[in-house]
Amino acid sequence: MRSRLVVAGFLAGAALAASAWAAEDAQNEPLTGVPGDAARGRAVVLSRTLGNCLLCHALPVPTERFQGDIGPSLAGVGSRLSAGQMRYRIVDSTRLNPDTIMPAYHRAEGAVRVAGPFRGRPVLTAQEVEDVVAYLLTLRE
Amino acid sequence: MLYRQRLAWGALALLLAATVGVAQEPIRPDPVRSGRDFQAPETRAMQDDDGANPGMLWVARGRALWDEAVGAARRSCASCHGRADETMRGVAAQYPRVDPSSGRLLNLELRIQQCRGERQDAPVPRFESDELLALTAYVAHQSRGMPVAVSVDGAARPFFDAGRAAYFQRIGQLNLACTHCHDANWGRMLRGDRLSQGHGNAYPAYRLDWQAVGSLQRRLRFCNTGVRAEPHPFGAAEYVALELYLAWRAKGLTVESPAVRR
Ligand code: HEC
Ligand code: HEC
Ligand code: HEC
Repeated sequence: MRSRLVVAGFLAGAALAASAWAAEDAQNEPLTGVPGDAARGRAVVLSRTLGNCLLCHALPVPTERFQGDIGPSLAGVGSRLSAGQMRYRIVDSTRLNPDTIMPAYHRAEGAVRVAGPFRGRPVLTAQEVEDVVAYLLTLRE
Repeated sequence: MLYRQRLAWGALALLLAATVGVAQEPIRPDPVRSGRDFQAPETRAMQDDDGANPGMLWVARGRALWDEAVGAARRSCASCHGRADETMRGVAAQYPRVDPSSGRLLNLELRIQQCRGERQDAPVPRFESDELLALTAYVAHQSRGMPVAVSVDGAARPFFDAGRAAYFQRIGQLNLACTHCHDANWGRMLRGDRLSQGHGNAYPAYRLDWQAVGSLQRRLRFCNTGVRAEPHPFGAAEYVALELYLAWRAKGLTVESPAVRR
């Protein structure tokens, strides 16, 4: 009996939470007062030590031989998503999909056993996120 | 039950789900596939041919060490265990295993260190030393082709549960768990690497990148630093428990040590 109630409660909770998630999928307010720089953003995206987005995504950059295919290709993403939607996904994708493999790039809380040099720091700074968004907006179909 | 109460339960369940991150049910990949299948054809061919497999050099060195009398008592492994092809056949397939006298979960390396130190009264070979890798590869090789078959019940259960929890725990600055790469995405490309199911049946394995044989824990440390997490020291209980969970997941596979990897 109790377990049935727990399940019912869980479903109710999940439904509430799901509607909350569905309601929000964009973060329209920029993270900094300085507009993003697409050229710097491109460097961040390709860099193995900063964005390293090629781990999981393909990009229309033919000189890059090794491109992952875990996430969708980012070719044309500038026509599919708004700046706010991109920012929302890059800052913390787990808000859309709690099981996602895409790292939260601008959230430092809640991380466990982080290696020394990275401790207490998000993967990308606020300005780097803005630069990446500016670059992705240039990838149009 | 009042609606409000139900909501409270829901919130609690959600909170639990959120702290756990991903569902913690133990899951086996289906169909189960050896890491060998994800390697390039040349690498697979190298593994399949003992004459070409560089890992066999470690096995040969292990065979020599097996018969070498060492320590205060001048005893060799063979003094107590006789012929490895008889007494060690199938042993590696059952490791990690709980040591009944200490209650600790031991992997093959820890067991061999224990025999070297306590039973041969010789210096304990360090983790990742050529000596320990050679002995481990030699013992593991005696189980080649035999199904991985660990016990996860009784005394092993708490270790299995800890290993399972570690497998699903998001860690590091990139905040990823083993399951994200090795359950949800095997077969896909992570930049230049084709993701396998993350089984341990290859190890100790020869890695072309290392130009040497390395242990399973060396590989696990690599997967930890890859997500910018602090690796555990070699031999840490956390890794041995994780090895047990990996062996449970590998049901249906056989021991392939020394396998060859990119
Ligand atoms: C470890 C894998 C991984 C990495 C690294 C990664 N992503 Fe993702 N990304 C995904 C996956 C998977 C999705 C699909 C949505 C989901 O599962 O959450 C996704 C979705 C996206 C989307 C939405 C795409 C669409 O068409 O809806 C954007 C934008 C994005 N990622 C940008 C980035 C950027 C920029 C980087 C680098 C800073 C990056 N990702 C790094 C895995 C990754
Ligand atoms: C003085 C005798 C002695 C020597 C020498 C010795 N061992 Fe052992 N070894 C044992 C005993 C006794 C056990 C069983 C311990 C137990 O069950 O608690 C054992 C267990 C093992 C096991 C685990 C077997 C299983 O079924 O779980 C391995 C592997 C092993 N030894 C390897 C070695 C290696 C390799 C060497 C040489 C480096 C070596 N031993 C030297 C006595 C010895
Ligand atoms: C970001 C993705 C990623 C995460 C997270 C990750 N690994 Fe891996 N792992 C890899 C890659 C890439 C390889 C090398 C290619 C392959 O065999 O999958 C690998 C290889 C392995 C192998 C060797 C497989 C073989 O046959 O040689 C094992 C075992 C393994 N991982 C276990 C783990 C465990 C346990 C965890 C969690 C502590 C983990 N991995 C986390 C990416 C990851």
